[in-house]
Amino acid sequence: MANLETEIEVTKDRKLYNWMQYFWSNYSVVFAFIVLFIVASIASDHFLSPLNITNMLRQISVIGILAVGMTFVILIGGIDLSVGSVLALTGTIVMASQVDFGTSIFTAILFGLVAGALIGVINGVIITYGKIAAFITTLAMMTIARSTALYYADAGAIAGSNMDYRAIGNEYLFGIPIPVYIFAFVVVIAFILLEKTTFGRHIYAVGGNSSAAHLSAVPINKITIMTYMICGLTAAIGAVIETSRLNSVSTSSSGSMYELDAIAAVIIGGTKLTGGQGRIIGTVFGILILAILSNIMNLLNISPYIQGVVKGAIILVAVLLQKRS
Amino acid sequence: MILEMKRITKRFGSVIALDGVNLELAKGEAHALVGENGAGKSTLMKVLAGVHQPDSGEVILNGKSVDISSPAESQMLGIAIIHQELNLIPYLSVAENVFLGREPKNLGFVDYKKMRKDTKALLDQFGIELSPRSLVKDLSIGERQIVEILKALSLNPEILIMDEPTAVLTDKETEKLFELIDLLKQRNVSVIYISHRLPELKRVCERLTVLRDGKWIKTDVLEHFSEHDIANLMVGRELEDMYPPLPTKFGNEILRVEGLTQNPNFQDVSFTLKEGEIVGFAGLIGAGRSELATAIFGGDPADEGIVSLKGQQVNYKNPIQAVKGGFGFATEDRKQTGLILDMSIAQNITLPNLRKYQRVGFVNRKLEKADIQKQVKNLNIKLHSVNQPVKNLSGGNQQKVVLAKWLVANTEIFLFDEPTRGIDVGAKREIYHLISNLAKEGKGVIVISSELPELLGICNRILVMHNGRISGEFNHEEATEQQLMKKATGL
Ligand SMILES: Nc1ncnc2c1ncn2[C@@H]1O[C@H](COP(=O)(O)OP(=O)(O)OP(=O)(O)O)[C@@H](O)[C@H]1O
Ligand SMILES: [Mg+2]
Repeated sequence: MANLETEIEVTKDRKLYNWMQYFWSNYSVVFAFIVLFIVASIASDHFLSPLNITNMLRQISVIGILAVGMTFVILIGGIDLSVGSVLALTGTIVMASQVDFGTSIFTAILFGLVAGALIGVINGVIITYGKIAAFITTLAMMTIARSTALYYADAGAIAGSNMDYRAIGNEYLFGIPIPVYIFAFVVVIAFILLEKTTFGRHIYAVGGNSSAAHLSAVPINKITIMTYMICGLTAAIGAVIETSRLNSVSTSSSGSMYELDAIAAVIIGGTKLTGGQGRIIGTVFGILILAILSNIMNLLNISPYIQGVVKGAIILVAVLLQKRS
Repeated sequence: MILEMKRITKRFGSVIALDGVNLELAKGEAHALVGENGAGKSTLMKVLAGVHQPDSGEVILNGKSVDISSPAESQMLGIAIIHQELNLIPYLSVAENVFLGREPKNLGFVDYKKMRKDTKALLDQFGIELSPRSLVKDLSIGERQIVEILKALSLNPEILIMDEPTAVLTDKETEKLFELIDLLKQRNVSVIYISHRLPELKRVCERLTVLRDGKWIKTDVLEHFSEHDIANLMVGRELEDMYPPLPTKFGNEILRVEGLTQNPNFQDVSFTLKEGEIVGFAGLIGAGRSELATAIFGGDPADEGIVSLKGQQVNYKNPIQAVKGGFGFATEDRKQTGLILDMSIAQNITLPNLRKYQRVGFVNRKLEKADIQKQVKNLNIKLHSVNQPVKNLSGGNQQKVVLAKWLVANTEIFLFDEPTRGIDVGAKREIYHLISNLAKEGKGVIVISSELPELLGICNRILVMHNGRISGEFNHEEATEQQLMKKATGL
């Protein structure tokens, strides 16, 4: 009534002010990114070179894609520690299909993606119907997936022979690496899912208050399982890019510790670990911040051994800032 | 005067929640603070509690101007508050919650024995049987409220603020609370008492202050006013007929419940509901009424018994089935089970029925918006924008959002659990008329309420529950408050 009319009557600058306030509280990570970007461009001449930028973007694509999947899981208040190992296992499946079973590239990729999604579903089913904490379930899956990959390849690598497969990870289109397009595509799909669909609305509801969601006829088990499925699927997409880059998978080191970077990006991006709050845009900027940080430290010849300290500090600052608002 | 608040102003963005409000409190007095939903009562109290800092104005305590910059500081100044929304930690025990942050120590270790003993003493004072060791998550909402009250009392404050303490209590616990307040007044403690239950004001308070739309309207001796006067002062106009005429035209039987049992909550519950009928459920806290409604709705299915919809057995296993079947359930606890606090008002309203606005999986915002605006208008929800988080609304307006959720859904059978909790008189009246209109449209309505007058006012039939069983059934004509109370206490 009167209230709605006042909403329209709000004066222009008031609106601008409110909008800015809204923007700041939701997208402070964007400002952090801009500041960092400017600092980086001043600190090193190489930073802004096209080669450096495209390389940087390609390097973050894999972790970026994992972080998108991780965003879904963290939004419902969960966590997935298994993505790094799932990347290794699905990568093994993709390479083994080509090398040991002689399937086409297309079929091999399909196997990998289906396997990734399936592992996610298994995680989700154990968490919902088995009522085991996500942390524990995915921790177990982390060791199971890694160990399966190691066992299959005797802890070694599987190298492919089909040179066409290398294109995915190495080719460019209009001067931009293919993985960057894949990353962008995944981001857009995730954005649409979260912002525009019933599924996305339900994710925020489950993460915000699962008992209220349950009593509002939200299928919480189904939603939970689907988010883990998405997370597993993104791990498999990451696996395809990663294995294609070298046309090989290393069962011992592929994807190792990727889960931590993915989680870090999501947190820096402003998604709350308790669920219900966060945006995919935040995650994208979270990953960009991590990327610029390690890139600039490399350009400035800072020892890689100390880089972890900086990364850790950034995560803490991000969480502290979140607590403030 | 122990406390004077002068010309307090507080804005949230472009919303002016308080606009030059005054309040004064004498030693040993109980002072009623009343006003419509969103009038600014809780905000004013949060200024005293150190939760909000006023944009301008002055707080004078014992003659000295003070600056209350944090809840801790407020406590040090001798102010304790029982917030409108419960703030307990679910996985801690009753004793741990009561003494949270102030645990009694012995050689540096928490003295649990003393903590439990002191808690027990407080519980006994209230005459409630509750173990200091029980976890808060296992308590009913009424019991949680009592723990909140004990927590405030254990601070031995000079000023005690109670923001709608009785909203979740039944008459018996309410009377206990009043006796406690009498005791406090004798000890010269001053009480600020906020409530939408006007009849209880005179039992507790000597003076009152009325707020309307963030402005101070009046402070006076309570005796000079009738309930009707207070209601008119709050809404700023003349209110008429609180209760609508009872529904008279019933259709077919729409709901039948037979021998429904869920141990240990309720046993062998049977009743029926016709189209166009309003059936009330009375009972004390813990009688099993909410659990019964939750079970019918599939939220936590019953162990035994039959639920039939229009003659067909349904026994819903989850709320999704129930909503498809045309059920709507407005729960009693908006914070825990009613709302997703971080989501917007609009998103909360359409949550149970999102499919209605869905086109191949995508939410059609235009379709959604039309329905949302209609309900905001229908329920007169006071808001700044439908896109603001629902947690920024005043308590009563949050409650209206809970109701709105089920009005946009294609609901045929409404289960209303404490539908007017925390809602002001004017809005209560609107909700009674709304419920009556739903019945007129041929919907079946079940109302669970701890306010007997409202059950007597709007229900065709009233069932009383005691210890999980139906202990009495009355038609509108034959029911009286005394009879309901008698059956509710198991006499
Ligand atoms: N944190 C907040 N952010 C924005 N607006 C707020 C916030 N807190 C309160 N408001 C607004 O301030 C106004 C006063 O709210 P308040 O909670 O004090 O009302 P109230 O008198 O306690 O109402 P009720 O009887 O419903 O509890 C409302 O319009 C509310 O929407
Ligand atoms: Mg309030």
